[in-house]
Amino acid sequence: MNLYAVRAIYSFEMARTFRTMLQSIASPVISTALYFVVFGSAIGSRMTMIDGVPYGVFIVPGLIMLTVMMQSVANASFGIYFPKFLGTIYEPLSAPISPWEIVIGYVGAATTKSIMIGLIILAVSFLFVPVTIAHPVLMLCFLTLTAISFSLLGFILGIWARSFEQLNLVPMLILTPLVFLGGSFYSIDMLPPVWQTVTLFNPAVYLISGFRWAFFDTADVSIALSLLAIGVFSAICFAVISWMFATGYRLKN
Amino acid sequence: MPPIIDVQHLIKSYAGGGFALDDVSVEIESGEILALLGPNGAGKTTLISIICGLTRITEGTVSVGGFDVVKDYRKTRALIGLVPQELMLEPFETVFETVSLSRGLFGCKPNKSYIESVLSQLSLLDKKDAQMKELSGGMKRRVLIAKALSHEPKILFLDEPTAGVDVELRRDMWNVVTELKQRGVTIVLTTHYIEEAEEIADRVAVINGGKILLIEEKDKLMKRLGTKQLRIELQAPITTLPDSLSDVDVQRADDGMSLIYHYDVKAERTGITSLLSKLASEGIVLRDLQTYQSSLEDIFVGLVTEENK
Ligand SMILES: Nc1ncnc2c1ncn2[C@@H]1O[C@H](COP(=O)(O)OP(=O)(O)O)[C@@H](O)[C@H]1O
Ligand SMILES: [Mg+2]
Repeated sequence: MNLYAVRAIYSFEMARTFRTMLQSIASPVISTALYFVVFGSAIGSRMTMIDGVPYGVFIVPGLIMLTVMMQSVANASFGIYFPKFLGTIYEPLSAPISPWEIVIGYVGAATTKSIMIGLIILAVSFLFVPVTIAHPVLMLCFLTLTAISFSLLGFILGIWARSFEQLNLVPMLILTPLVFLGGSFYSIDMLPPVWQTVTLFNPAVYLISGFRWAFFDTADVSIALSLLAIGVFSAICFAVISWMFATGYRLKN
Repeated sequence: MPPIIDVQHLIKSYAGGGFALDDVSVEIESGEILALLGPNGAGKTTLISIICGLTRITEGTVSVGGFDVVKDYRKTRALIGLVPQELMLEPFETVFETVSLSRGLFGCKPNKSYIESVLSQLSLLDKKDAQMKELSGGMKRRVLIAKALSHEPKILFLDEPTAGVDVELRRDMWNVVTELKQRGVTIVLTTHYIEEAEEIADRVAVINGGKILLIEEKDKLMKRLGTKQLRIELQAPITTLPDSLSDVDVQRADDGMSLIYHYDVKAERTGITSLLSKLASEGIVLRDLQTYQSSLEDIFVGLVTEENK
């Protein structure tokens, strides 16, 4: 293993993050605060408890997941697309480094950044509502696994994309609906039965539900199913990336 | 000593395209400076990219330092530094950070003083903390060279290093190359200027249309390529060459209306004076004189037709 290389990629990417820290963090924090004001206070005050949890508190895990998923995809896809766009990707591709070491470097940095943002949002939410965390360790595990799996998805997107438009289009057209309809702001059993069934095909549901379980000890789907979903989702991403590297897909002629 | 780079029967074809490399075999000796000379589209960049692992092999084998570039890519790539043809750099990164990243990617422990010595060799030390976007094209080229040297490679590839480069950088670059050669580094550079190959290389490989047309010691090649043609137009046609010209490289042309003489520009004596005096003593009257230097294009055409014979 070329540890110096992994470390070099990781710290180079993290330096980029810290250089743009203000933008990277300000935007998710502000939008989360707005969600709390609108959903938590304005609308939430008219809503009953969900699963025995006040609405303002109920949306905290969903909001964190929403941001972490979107940020992971955005960070990882940009992280690998930008060098591809600039042409600087020639260097890692000609270095004595395996494809998976490249993945660890780039996906590791994207994951770190989105976990940091997730934790900052959690900290912000304490300012607005009295959040309790039933299983803090599992909460961190879920957060990390989600960040990793969605960063892998972002990595795939970044290699696939041929333009900045494509890079933005996929998250907007596919990811936003999946994540919003994944139960960030409601419990699945609040939906009509047909939609409850449809929703079960949405992978985001399992992740959000599992994460919420770590907070409140109640979930839409069983925690085992949630973990299985993350596992399957990551396995698919790994398989796609392996195939991309094996064929040189959009990286090597 | 076995060649440090050994390319055997290498073929590269692109999906939907023809052959970028068509059965290329080259052996590059350790410590030499090899110039790959060829026009645009000849396959120079493709050949380098395959050796460096940036492009996939269609057929054939490539080994570097005795290791296969596909199977043992970690070993082969660690030996190589690449200066690409295009100026590809991260606009917001500093010179020092960019060069440090390169060193890390190639598996070397961070070494600030070594990087600073490379930067100073390339007159970049005072720009150490400047961002790429603040640098001129020539400076960016220097950064690319520094990146390639950041991990102390045994082999350096320079892909058209002098394209769009000023005199000063060219001189600095040749100084670096000379110094690297003294340290035993093997250097492969591509160019489409004969003069450049002549200036710096030990051997020259001529490549065109994905084929290596010849690979030769520079001195021999220059003798071959350095010939000029003198065309002597006559007042009256001659049917045969006078005997006094039998030992001179001169031919009749245009039905005896002209004579064509080949001579070596670099030779101490071109033989022109003696030729002209011989003609005068034979009573042959001249109308006009013209000289031609064969262009690279002519040389390629010549080599290709030679090949096809
Ligand atoms: N990605 C590609 N797809 C298809 N053809 C290519 C590609 N890259 C290079 N070629 C073709 O391969 C040939 C050799 O190109 P290249 O190695 O870049 O030449 P050089 O560096 O000598 O100018 C050219 O005919 C070029 O058009
Ligand atoms: Mg080229």
